[in-house]
Amino acid sequence: MSSTTNWRWWELLLWCGAFAMPWLWAERALVINEIAILALFAVSLDLILGYTGIVSLGHAAFFGVGAYSAALFAKFVHPDPLLGLLVGAACATVLGAVCSATILRGSDLTRLMVTLGVALILLELANKFDGLTGGTDGLQGVVIAPLFGRFAFDLYGQVPATYSLGVLLLLFVLARRLVQSPFGATLVAIRDNRLRAMAIGIPVAQRLVVVYTVAAGVAGCAGALLAQTSGFASLDLFEFHRSADVMLVLVIGGTGWLYGGVLGALVFQVLQKAISSVTPQYWTFWIGLFLVVLVLVGRERLVRPWTWRFGGQRV
Amino acid sequence: MNDAVLSAHALVKRFGGITATSNVTLHLARGARHALIGPNGAGKTTLINLLTGVLQPTEGSIRLQGQDISRLAPHLRVRRGLVRTFQINQLFDSLSPQQTLTLVLSQHLGLGARWWQALGADAEVQRRCDALLQQFHLQEVRAMPTRVLAYGKRRLLEIAIALACEPRVLLLDEPVAGVPAGEREELLQTVAALPADVSILLIEHDMDLVFSFATRMTVLVNGAVLTEGDPQSIADDPRVKAVYLGEEVAHG
Repeated sequence: MSSTTNWRWWELLLWCGAFAMPWLWAERALVINEIAILALFAVSLDLILGYTGIVSLGHAAFFGVGAYSAALFAKFVHPDPLLGLLVGAACATVLGAVCSATILRGSDLTRLMVTLGVALILLELANKFDGLTGGTDGLQGVVIAPLFGRFAFDLYGQVPATYSLGVLLLLFVLARRLVQSPFGATLVAIRDNRLRAMAIGIPVAQRLVVVYTVAAGVAGCAGALLAQTSGFASLDLFEFHRSADVMLVLVIGGTGWLYGGVLGALVFQVLQKAISSVTPQYWTFWIGLFLVVLVLVGRERLVRPWTWRFGGQRV
Repeated sequence: MNDAVLSAHALVKRFGGITATSNVTLHLARGARHALIGPNGAGKTTLINLLTGVLQPTEGSIRLQGQDISRLAPHLRVRRGLVRTFQINQLFDSLSPQQTLTLVLSQHLGLGARWWQALGADAEVQRRCDALLQQFHLQEVRAMPTRVLAYGKRRLLEIAIALACEPRVLLLDEPVAGVPAGEREELLQTVAALPADVSILLIEHDMDLVFSFATRMTVLVNGAVLTEGDPQSIADDPRVKAVYLGEEVAHG
């Protein structure tokens, strides 16, 4: 079993490539930053959806809370990015712990509705308390101090992209540890068969609370990164499309292997940029078509074109 | 019955207007080889669900080693040594037998909350896992996902999971159902080879098996205890013959 816990060559290559990208290809640094943030958000959803089997259509709640709290902290308390990141993560973690009570009971459909509802409530709250959040205008004038007091966030986005990638890598390594541990195995057991998980002594409710809270904290980090690197927080952070997009990322990349979030985010963002540069209005049509093909043909076969010709006959 | 390890007292379970379990009192002695029989729909599985905490009793109480566990959560009963197997396999399909048993053993040995260590890093867990894989002939399929295993192997894994929890009281819900005749004997020997102080409650339809295994029997009919006694007196009881055993077994 230890072979799965070792790092493979392509993983190292992927991460080295990712960190080199903003510096080799400066004009794409902003996109790389966005990809890293979306990837982190998707990894967070994968912890609960892929590994534990908790469906959520409201993961943006934690993303938004992380973003707003980091932005408010920078604006009113202290501009340091790492402190702000911790504050964003902490606020989202607390919210996750509170909300975890709502996902313990009921069916998948119940959970979809409850998580969706929580995100909508937060959206309305952010809208209502416009004195604090800026309402529909968004929270402006967020200035972030240089990272470690030395590296200022530049307009090209090279420092922000490296910062986001660094946070992504750190949390990815921790998440990887977690899912390959006995704790992670108990999550998979709960996903596969909750009745039996109980019958071998796993405290199911406690595990669900812990993983939901952890995932919320990670989503909060992703939100905080976005607010810090864009210097802005808006109601859009809580919108339904964010929860839906991150779900699509996992549909593209696959659930239950963490890299699904990373690769899915890459494909999703690249497709979005590529298509919208050709046809700005209709890019959602093409990404919709892509998803339909992906699901019908299957991810495995889509990435193995050499099996297309004979695949159908053999099966 | 002071020696009872597990005892149910006047258990009642109602689902709306239906009484699935009606005033059942059952004592399982230390080291018992006790069989629970009854026709389909007699409430055997409901009783198991009540004992293990999947269902809450409407009335009555359950005591394990002298302590009231009537309101205890299912996973806490398991930690106190009350373990069951399922009539229909309840497995972790995406995990391999090795991963499954490693997970169960980790949880059992109190390592289930460790998130910083790799699964199977613990030497004691690994040792016990190898022993169980060997004992249940799961060696050659140890790394395959459980979902692709043949039924016989899945059934063996079902039992192996329960034994990995080191039960003090083991509730076996039709353990050999669907197991090919050749493998039955072996499965039963494994169960019979459990330490003598482990108490076993067996639910089974195969009467040959029940009579060869049990030293005490309880007959459940319509959710209530019809009678209890040693196998011979059960076999001779005309009421039992009438409701359940039928001619076939009376001959054997």
